[in-house]
Amino acid sequence: MSDYLLLIVGAIFVNNIILARYLGNCPFLGCSTRIDTAIGMAMAVIFVVVMASGATWIVETYILVPYNLEYLETIAFILVIAALVQFVEMFLQKSVPALYQALGIYLPLITTNCAVLGIAILAVQNDYNFVKTLVYAFAASVGYGLALIILTGIRERYAVLPIPVHLRGTSIGLVTVGLLALAFLGFAGLV
Amino acid sequence: MRVVQEFTKGLWKEIPPFRLVLGLCPTLAVTTAGKNGLGMGLATTFVLVCSNILISLLRKTIPSKVRIAAFIVVIASFVVIVELAMQAYFYPLYKILGIFIPLIVVNCIILGRAEAFASKNSVLPSIADGLGMGFGFTISLTVLGSIREIIGNGTLFGTSIMWSSFEPFGIMLKPPGAFLCLGLILGLMNFISSRQKGH
Repeated sequence: MSDYLLLIVGAIFVNNIILARYLGNCPFLGCSTRIDTAIGMAMAVIFVVVMASGATWIVETYILVPYNLEYLETIAFILVIAALVQFVEMFLQKSVPALYQALGIYLPLITTNCAVLGIAILAVQNDYNFVKTLVYAFAASVGYGLALIILTGIRERYAVLPIPVHLRGTSIGLVTVGLLALAFLGFAGLV
Repeated sequence: MRVVQEFTKGLWKEIPPFRLVLGLCPTLAVTTAGKNGLGMGLATTFVLVCSNILISLLRKTIPSKVRIAAFIVVIASFVVIVELAMQAYFYPLYKILGIFIPLIVVNCIILGRAEAFASKNSVLPSIADGLGMGFGFTISLTVLGSIREIIGNGTLFGTSIMWSSFEPFGIMLKPPGAFLCLGLILGLMNFISSRQKGH
């Protein structure tokens, strides 16, 4: 049990997927200007990452490893993720329209979010079993959502401040992320 | 003439990732030293040029509805080639870059160029575009890596260049340093280009 607790704390705080592992930065900066967009994006990422990691784990264990095809990991994973995102989108549209309304526009963006492929590959590299993969994927994507929502909160606060004109936009955004990463560095050594 | 233009726009006017803020993850992650930045940049350039060539050749064959999926398969194939080649010939670099080599697949610059350029243009301009963007990316990564290496470790491409009493700022090699450094470079680029326009 404590094993899983350490995994969760480690994935959310110590090895935060954005602030310590540098994954999924493009949507991180793109979607962090309004808080409701950020929450929608965070939910969509958690949803897709958990499903994608489960699916890629199954593909890896039951198809690639038995046939010695590990070198095709990258192609197989990205195809599984792309197909899964497409499928989830169609399924939500038909069956759960309310959820589709909330997540719909973020789903296509997620295929190129490197956090999804990154978490899937990290889980395989660390030799996690199926349950551990799902727990890790969930914790890591919660860490993603946490960082995204914190950053959006900060960006909303300084949106009206007189920032030097050349630093506006992405530039000051990155500096903010840097300070946030500095704060999260304080968690190092916790696990 | 047009080919030259397509090449040079990647070097300053639209230089990734400073101007087109795409492909940030590898930019931030691997630039702990100038050498790593250079290696990552060249690997990305190779994938970018090859996928641009193939996609531009196939642009009339690929149905537009499934084009994104087709592009991803093309890109992923070249990434696997790079991955295997690096594992065979540049093993230490392969170890350092680690997970970011397979992640070249989801580097938005490559898919972005495939979608925005190679799928609409013939082979020669596409090669020029790929080379320009690739070299721009390589230069950016090398510069960022060198700055972080100089401040964070006091060395450049492995040789010590700072005075002997220089105390390296280890934080520059860690994630906060990467974000801060890239943010300040973006600000500097904005400053320079607004000066050029004469504001």
